[in-house]
Amino acid sequence: MSATTSRRAFLASASAAVATLAPGITLIAAQAKPADQPASSAVRWGMLIDTTRCSQDCSACVGACNVENGLGSHGRPQTDPQWIRKVDLTSKRTGQKLSLPVMCQHCEKPPCVDVCPTGASFKRQDGIVLVDRHICIGCRYCMMACPYKARSFVHESLENQRPHQPRGKGCVEGCTLCAHRVDEGKLPACAEACASGAILFGDLNDPKSEIAQKLRTLPTTQIRPELKLNTAVRYGGLSI
Amino acid sequence: MKASWLIALLAMLVAGLGWGPAFADPFPTIPKAKGERCVEDPQYMRRNHMDILRHQRDDTMRLGIRTTKHSLKECVSCHAVDGKDGKPVTVKSSQHFCSSCHEFAAVDIDCFACHASTPEAKR
Repeated sequence: MSATTSRRAFLASASAAVATLAPGITLIAAQAKPADQPASSAVRWGMLIDTTRCSQDCSACVGACNVENGLGSHGRPQTDPQWIRKVDLTSKRTGQKLSLPVMCQHCEKPPCVDVCPTGASFKRQDGIVLVDRHICIGCRYCMMACPYKARSFVHESLENQRPHQPRGKGCVEGCTLCAHRVDEGKLPACAEACASGAILFGDLNDPKSEIAQKLRTLPTTQIRPELKLNTAVRYGGLSI
Repeated sequence: MKASWLIALLAMLVAGLGWGPAFADPFPTIPKAKGERCVEDPQYMRRNHMDILRHQRDDTMRLGIRTTKHSLKECVSCHAVDGKDGKPVTVKSSQHFCSSCHEFAAVDIDCFACHASTPEAKR
């Protein structure tokens, strides 16, 4: 790069490099599951969130999640559903500031599944942890068991749900890793909406996938690794 | 005398047997679907749609099988009925395909407490 290249031009070229993530998307599209086939345990879907690229004043992922899943607000934040939260952290020692999205971490050994009395909380073969609302009784044990505070309870009757995302009063819900999109070979809505490319989605089991390669080469961590839940959502740059 | 008595009796019988206004249309008016034919034989669907839907629901939810043949979403979009405003009516309306029969049969369905009862409007 010549000395005359402006910072702006450099950033533009850098973002062009991010745009070449598109082949990554087609790679996932190639893995789109045939509609008549069940989700396979050969795959484990996960996300790597690069907290160094996530800015405090951006909540594009939360907005995209709300639109995709038809999550509306009743103007009562305490009971409004929340599938992704933006969490801002400040290191007491260094003053370093971090911002990161926290959603269902899609644990390999999910505590929400352990405690569910009806079997409504379950893990799909491809590692996606879901609530089967058909048999959820709304007891909210899973909400108490989840160390990540990732689940919400629907307190009020709903209308105008999106056809691909049925939701209703009296059930617990949470991030589905956009299973309906993933099954079609698309990215989860949050990953697609993240302009800074902080959210990388892919198959943790495929050693050739971009996410597996990054996990192999970069320092990453899970939130609360001491619980040994082996989460599918991993974080990079999270070292306070 | 005897003949006129018989005629009167016959007239009463016919009046009694005739379809009065209450019986004019003993069956619900089922709106026509948009597609050419249903995914299964209509007679079979009338009796078994609930089992088909339940089977599909578990396959989709639990296993991630997303075939469209027996999906509720496809039923809703093919059987959508447009209201006076040109938009599809929700299940609250008696015009709605599911309501038209379920109101008649007095069977409550709770599918639409969570599921959308209309196809999605273009966004």
